[in-house]
Amino acid sequence: MDITRAKIRDLRRSLDSREIGAEELCAEYLKRIKEKDKKVLSFITVTENEALQSAKRAQKMIDEGKSSALTGIPLAIKDNICIDGVRTTCASRMLENFVPPYNATVIEKLNAEGYVLLGRASMDEFAMGGSTQTSAFAKTKNPYDLECVPGGSSGGSAAAVAASFAPAALGSDTGGSIRQPSSFCGVTGIKPTYGRVSRYGLVAFASSLDQIGPIANDAYDCAVLLNVICGHDRRDATSARRDVPDFTEKLGEPIKGLKIAMPKEFFSDDIDPVVRTHVTNAAKELEKRGAVLVDCSIPGLKYAIPAYYLIACAEAASNLSRFDGIKYGFRGEGRTYDELIRDSRSRGFGEEVKRRILLGNYALSSGYYDAYYKKALALKQEIIKEYNDIFDIADVILTPTAPTPAYKIGAQDNDPVKMYMADICTVTVNIAGLPGISTTCGYTDGGLPIGMSIIGRRFDEQTILQVANEWETGFVPLSPEL
Amino acid sequence: MSAYFPTMGLEIHAELLTKSKVFCTCSAEFGGAPNSRCCPVCSGFPGTLPVLNHKAVEYIIKAGYVMNCEISRFTKWDRKNYFYPDLPKAYQISQMPRPVCLSGNVKINVDGEEKTIRINRIHLEEDAGKLVHDDVNRISLADYNRCGIPLIEIVTEPDFHSADEVIAFLEKIKLLLQYAGICDCKMEQGSIRCDVNISIAPKGSTELGTRTELKNLNSLKAITRAIEAEIERQEELLESGERVIQETRRFNEQAGETVAMRSKEDAHDYRYFPDPDIPPIIFTEEELEEIRNSIPELPEQRIERYVSEYSIKKTDADIIVGDKRVCDFFEEAVSEYNNPKAVANYIIGELMRRINLGEADMDALKFGGREFAKLVEYMQTDKISQANAKNILREMIENGGDPKSIADRDDLWIKEDSGALAAVVDEIIANNPKAVEQYKSGDQKVFGFFMGQANKALKGAASPKAVQDYLRKKLSE
Repeated sequence: MDITRAKIRDLRRSLDSREIGAEELCAEYLKRIKEKDKKVLSFITVTENEALQSAKRAQKMIDEGKSSALTGIPLAIKDNICIDGVRTTCASRMLENFVPPYNATVIEKLNAEGYVLLGRASMDEFAMGGSTQTSAFAKTKNPYDLECVPGGSSGGSAAAVAASFAPAALGSDTGGSIRQPSSFCGVTGIKPTYGRVSRYGLVAFASSLDQIGPIANDAYDCAVLLNVICGHDRRDATSARRDVPDFTEKLGEPIKGLKIAMPKEFFSDDIDPVVRTHVTNAAKELEKRGAVLVDCSIPGLKYAIPAYYLIACAEAASNLSRFDGIKYGFRGEGRTYDELIRDSRSRGFGEEVKRRILLGNYALSSGYYDAYYKKALALKQEIIKEYNDIFDIADVILTPTAPTPAYKIGAQDNDPVKMYMADICTVTVNIAGLPGISTTCGYTDGGLPIGMSIIGRRFDEQTILQVANEWETGFVPLSPEL
Repeated sequence: MSAYFPTMGLEIHAELLTKSKVFCTCSAEFGGAPNSRCCPVCSGFPGTLPVLNHKAVEYIIKAGYVMNCEISRFTKWDRKNYFYPDLPKAYQISQMPRPVCLSGNVKINVDGEEKTIRINRIHLEEDAGKLVHDDVNRISLADYNRCGIPLIEIVTEPDFHSADEVIAFLEKIKLLLQYAGICDCKMEQGSIRCDVNISIAPKGSTELGTRTELKNLNSLKAITRAIEAEIERQEELLESGERVIQETRRFNEQAGETVAMRSKEDAHDYRYFPDPDIPPIIFTEEELEEIRNSIPELPEQRIERYVSEYSIKKTDADIIVGDKRVCDFFEEAVSEYNNPKAVANYIIGELMRRINLGEADMDALKFGGREFAKLVEYMQTDKISQANAKNILREMIENGGDPKSIADRDDLWIKEDSGALAAVVDEIIANNPKAVEQYKSGDQKVFGFFMGQANKALKGAASPKAVQDYLRKKLSE
């Protein structure tokens, strides 16, 4: 069976019709990972034994007629989502040998379906970065060009899907960490509305921004995964008490009359012309299919990066304080508690993580709180308001997912500010808690994918999935040669 | 007379009596084998999230009401960040700008004078774990059982000017929290802890002096001693022309002196910020009203009821209500035998006397209020003599049991046996002709002698009334 860019719904059909067994399917993916992931490095851990065992259980469910959407479907899971008994490293030395004794809520939901865990996808350390090059264990490469970054922080998840190591994966998105690597790797990834998916078991980077979401070959498969992972969880006080619709419901409905806003700040000179052109062309195509394009403005975008990095780093500094080498994780040396934690944290964390901890603690320290953190919260309110204003006149917003296509590995290593600025297209969606989906809208002359993002109203994943699905109808994605 | 006067404010931490912890479902009970009452959430494992226990919020609102506070309609949680091995998340979830309770007051009574102590705020937070230091092996071990037990922190205004006022306030708070069912206030188990901020200033001065903070005070006695020692230390400093340094000090009980722990310069920058994991709460009037109505009867209301409905003396009511264990015992007894006055008298006159003598322990009584009530009832209805009642109570204190079976077993009932009574009294009269003469010549006092002799010989076999009647009859013959 050809598993290249295989869709979940097609695999479902093959499994249920006994065209292929769950174990056989799992073995196909494991074989491909074994053969080709040496080049891509999308996995930190390949869980071969667990995969075959769960495939066996899944086959039993299928045989008993108890299969549901994800029974026997192999998935890659980002290495910051806790799985009971499976090493969860966050791509950090700090958690190199950390095996959680509990499952994240999303994993419990996937287990109930009988999914198959292929392995733990690489990522930027503690999800901090946009290149997956801060990973302590697997600096993932872009399957379309092994000299380029896959994006990040969910670079391992996106690359694994692009390279057909898995039909889909879970990632997490704090400032674009699902959408930007999806864009760089030519796959489809959605960050749900804040509160849609339980964060229980997701190792926190910035709690008010983090959200787990799927990365897959298209919007339809994203919807299939969302159907499983969404819903209120009493273990996460920030998860929303809202009914979960069938996210595939509106897929295929015409987009006639749907208003698509294109805030001009997202199409400025800071955006690579090749990206601007492809996104604008895609907009014109959607217009042809009946959508109405709406011009608008989001002036607050110029404050988005400082506001985002202040909030994210402040929360991260606090969230990551628990890694002191006392209870679990990397333990350094020292005669006193202070010496011990200093050494543990100095050696356990990588450079980017330490930079953000310092930034966050600085922003929260007494005397600076009002000037930085409090201002950032005010900007957050302003950005929310500006989005609300746009949603008064439009149904969705269309933007580039990233200012550039995937760049060469090492190109941004010495310039953190430049690297932070590259998040400009994605961070406001997290700040405002909105859902956003990235899908491929074209390729550069060199064959690198270009992504566009569709942003929706809070809890209106259905409409952005509908638009992405409409675009994908008729779009022929290119598979990378490996 | 000192030329200075002290000013103090208190920070009191009280553990709430909720069944489970404040942000997870672990038991909040005291003790347990080390690390047997913790889970991934309260021991701060990566990816876990706190979920607020709404019972804890209910309790702090009750605490606010009993201390006459304003209850915020909007309240939220903040993170207090600092590294310490007993704090597994490296931040404590607490409340900074929007505590649940603000500006209350509590009345205290010191030397017959009433005084109002203002409450600045009460907020909800989680307790930290405990470190056990093994000096022999030079290691420290962490026990996270206490992590996440809900605490309220009560912060007073600097309204205290003597150790007596501090103690009176703490005793009052203790009763309020106990009666409202908020905290058991066992200082020795650390379920209530008190820090004292203390400064002195020259008499007549309107400005306060530099304050120090006293920590590690484990009993009311230690608090009094620490305050007195610290006032003395600060006076000596000022007298010798030195300055008081703003710092945290610990009380060394053995030496009876306070010792510097850390100065203001070493103080942490806690980098407070709103906890993004716990949404703020907005209370409706109905919710608050419901909580307010669920507060049980408070000490002052009880005293009032005992005086007005039970006709118990105010001083006696004070004594009974002054110890919640005694008061609960009393309530139980009255529910069995509806003679509150007699029950109260016997509790104060007999039970508490023995407790004060160290013969009994209120925390480890081997009988309940119901059994005690029965004893009082038998005595009141002349079924058991006072002397035998005392013996039965002693037996109950020592070995437990109920008064009926003890009286049955030891044959202690008053039998109203007229034959035995006549025989005993006749014999006493026959043996004491001189006393009989005295009585007949009008000396009524000698009647007591006959009563005593008769009761002694009868060992409770006849009721005092029967003895009295028969004696009078015989002596008048």
